[in-house]
Amino acid sequence: MPRIPDERPLNPQPDIIAALSAVLPAGTVLSSAAELAPYECDGLTAFRQRPMVVALPECIEQVQQVLRLCHDARVPVVVRGAGTGLSGGALPLADGVLVSLAKFNRILAVDPDSLSARVQPGVRNLAISEAAAPYGLYYAPDPSSQIACTIGGNVAENSGGVHCLKYGLTVHNILKLKLLTIEGELFEVGREALDAPGLDLLALLTGSEGMLAVIVEITVKLLPKPERAQVLLAAFADVETAGAAVAGIIAAGITPAGLEMMDNPAIRAAEDFVQAGYPVEAEAVLICELDGFNAEVSFEVMRVRELLLSAGATEVRTAADEAERLLFWKGRKAAFPAVGRLSPDYYCMDGTIPRRELPRVLRRIAELAADYSLRVANVFHAGDGNLHPLILYDANHPGELERAEELGGAILELCVAVGGTVTGEHGVGVEKLNQMCVQFNTTELEQMHRVKAAFDPHGLLNPGKAVPTLHRCAEFGAMHVHHGELKFPELPRF
Amino acid sequence: MTDPSFSTGSDPDPNPDVSTDVSIGGNVQDSEAALVAQVHEAQAAGRALRIQGTGSKAFYGNSCPAEAVLDCTGHRGVVAYEPSELAITARAGTSLLEIEHLLAEQSQQFPFEPPHFGDGTGSDDIGGGTLGGLVATGLSGPSRPYTGSVRDAVLGVRLLNGRGEVLHFGGQVMKNVAGYDLSRLMAGALGVLGVLLEVSLKVIPTPPATLTLVHECSLEAALQQLRRWARRPLPITASAWYQGRLMIRLSGSDEALAESHRLLGGTPLDVAESAWRVLRDQRHAFFLGDAPLWRLSVSPATPADALPGAEDQLIEWGGALRWLTGDQDVAQLRALAQAAGGHATLFRPGRGPMPADGVFNPLEPVVKRLHQQLKSAFDPQGILNPRRLYPDL
Ligand SMILES: Cc1cc2nc3c(=O)[nH]c(=O)nc-3n(C[C@H](O)[C@H](O)[C@H](O)COP(=O)(O)OP(=O)(O)OC[C@H]3O[C@@H](n4cnc5c(N)ncnc54)[C@H](O)[C@@H]3O)c2cc1C
Repeated sequence: MPRIPDERPLNPQPDIIAALSAVLPAGTVLSSAAELAPYECDGLTAFRQRPMVVALPECIEQVQQVLRLCHDARVPVVVRGAGTGLSGGALPLADGVLVSLAKFNRILAVDPDSLSARVQPGVRNLAISEAAAPYGLYYAPDPSSQIACTIGGNVAENSGGVHCLKYGLTVHNILKLKLLTIEGELFEVGREALDAPGLDLLALLTGSEGMLAVIVEITVKLLPKPERAQVLLAAFADVETAGAAVAGIIAAGITPAGLEMMDNPAIRAAEDFVQAGYPVEAEAVLICELDGFNAEVSFEVMRVRELLLSAGATEVRTAADEAERLLFWKGRKAAFPAVGRLSPDYYCMDGTIPRRELPRVLRRIAELAADYSLRVANVFHAGDGNLHPLILYDANHPGELERAEELGGAILELCVAVGGTVTGEHGVGVEKLNQMCVQFNTTELEQMHRVKAAFDPHGLLNPGKAVPTLHRCAEFGAMHVHHGELKFPELPRF
Repeated sequence: MTDPSFSTGSDPDPNPDVSTDVSIGGNVQDSEAALVAQVHEAQAAGRALRIQGTGSKAFYGNSCPAEAVLDCTGHRGVVAYEPSELAITARAGTSLLEIEHLLAEQSQQFPFEPPHFGDGTGSDDIGGGTLGGLVATGLSGPSRPYTGSVRDAVLGVRLLNGRGEVLHFGGQVMKNVAGYDLSRLMAGALGVLGVLLEVSLKVIPTPPATLTLVHECSLEAALQQLRRWARRPLPITASAWYQGRLMIRLSGSDEALAESHRLLGGTPLDVAESAWRVLRDQRHAFFLGDAPLWRLSVSPATPADALPGAEDQLIEWGGALRWLTGDQDVAQLRALAQAAGGHATLFRPGRGPMPADGVFNPLEPVVKRLHQQLKSAFDPQGILNPRRLYPDL
């Protein structure tokens, strides 16, 4: 896979560094190699690129000035939150300005009467819930990276979390955004109300990966903390039965707050790492959290227990107290680092599939892994069909990274073939540009490019990310479809 | 208790016989091809099209001057419905009532409780129009603050843009961030970006039981009470206030309802189902007549006296939606709604005049420019539903 995300010819304009220094406070324009190094990648570390310069503006007016300078000089801009993104969305450009919003870290208001909080984009996700806690409120979307990732990054990626099965994604939990166009003009979308006049630009801008506008303020929705949360842990003798149990719970009319699945390699890794008491012989475990109103939770815990047993669980445990509930979660939450101990490197995928396809897709992933001689551990948001296969590899073994990426690509194409998508919550960034060519046809991609141009006619905001050029797709298609054969011809297409 | 103030209004049989035959007719390809052909013809002739379902929401929005009608009612049928996926996909011309019956058979429902506005012919049919109209207007009913809006439930669309191209965005899965979210953008767009051909929507389980409680109180007291309740994790799924009565609906297991009743007090309402339906469909006496009807969508924290005619309003959505009838100073009303964090819409002009800048709150200059550029990105010749959303779009 090429490491160069962007097919633009480079057009370095080092004069912009002096121009930025003239409008920004001392110490907020970084351009020495040592200063640039920390910005060379985000959470997708296989891609690295130092920017020409980093700007750290401190207020909206300064961001406006940076954007105006870049717009006038036609210098591309990449915005960065905490850099925890897993698809290379914040990967810098060699001839571009990286705008870090790290200094926009203030919570401007928490209003318990309207159940909302107004925050700057660099505020960490968890900090919002911490600020709302004194009122018995919290911000629901909880990506596993929530101690580090920023709310601006969350909006740009439409991030999810363990609890989005019940409480929705970022798009369902924000009310209003303040943004800047690439020309530096300030505008607002959404309202403090539940809707806004005109086109739903709030929905369009959420998940737009920094390609359409720069988010400078966010009003999020807050929810009352559930009265009670209860967790069940169920063990299964095979992955397929566990997958079917997931569909069974949903079909029974229960909406768990979270419904997570781990397969045997993940269970063992987590157990070795944190000793959560997981059943290491099980081929799969499901962790099901029910929360809300006390009386409702009691009722649902009973029903879910019965459903899991009748679906073929070999064992169902209900956390006896809060300590045990946290212990059940501890293994799940530590699963990524735990898997990291099994292998020098791992690559985290993010496809979503219809729930009914879980058993078949998990089986096929295992077969593909065997074909590529790589190990895969699965830890994922089963309730909404969002898979996170972790491909284990060792970058020091020549060719392994490339094999891991090929396997990853094959897994994502499998997700598309069964009616799913190449990314559920991590975004396309630079990582899944090729798979976008599989999911969308030329006309659809052209429509996306026209939407981009409606906001950013010169293509200066995060160019080369999220939506592949038609040229790239043509090349990818040419090398990918052998003799006109489709991938996975045995699967029905819909 | 039966509640006179909430049961005024007629409630025809909610379950008229409808066919829930989901088999795919032989003419589906044809019906889509016919729509595509009409857009191509309109494009070639530079003629505008008025996109139409059954016309149940023709009153809503600004009027589109196009004479040629693009009739979507022939493009109908459920494409995919698997209850365990909590999603349904249907063609835009499918009747809402038909879909709701299909969902009800599986104890499921739309989260946003869509209003049924009749078919515009004045008959007793409360079919509520088509799926396409529902998504294009983006209008949600009483459960909106608690279980989400039409926009929130959109998972994917198949769209015919103004260039005559058929495009598919999103899908049937709950989480999908591949490319820009062009499917949710279609909710409430009133067809100005494209003709909806198919829509996939999220559905939810129908709660096992519901209970409606009535409290007698002033508007200000009701607003404060609603705000207090909103800060607790109660199973509230609808709320409304009118003429001194606050009505809330709770949904869940019998145990949860009994417990909430103990906590919240109030008198149970025994005609509840029909009362909420009458409210949802605007067949309540408040909505009848030919006075202009204003929809004020505001922050729920807005005090009663911050908006005109407080005690005469009908309130929904935990205080975030306030209905007002009668002639108003448009500029002043919009300014007050804006100051309350929201916006004012002339929902039904009735006998009153149409504001020159349209029934919706005018847009700020930058947002207006983005609207125009987006419109050209989808419909460069401006042939789809011109003026329906804004007179200059
Ligand atoms: C261990 C780990 C666990 C994770 N778990 C989850 C998970 O459970 N769910 C999930 O959804 N994600 C998860 N992620 C991915 C990541 O944390 C999210 O995508 C997060 O939202 C990124 O936030 P950030 O502040 O780090 O953004 P960055 O990585 O800095 O940026 C992400 C993208 O947003 C753009 N951007 C950032 N700020 C702005 C702004 N103000 N205006 C415009 N564009 C902007 C950037 O240009 C870039 O394209 C995980 C990552 C890690 C490392």
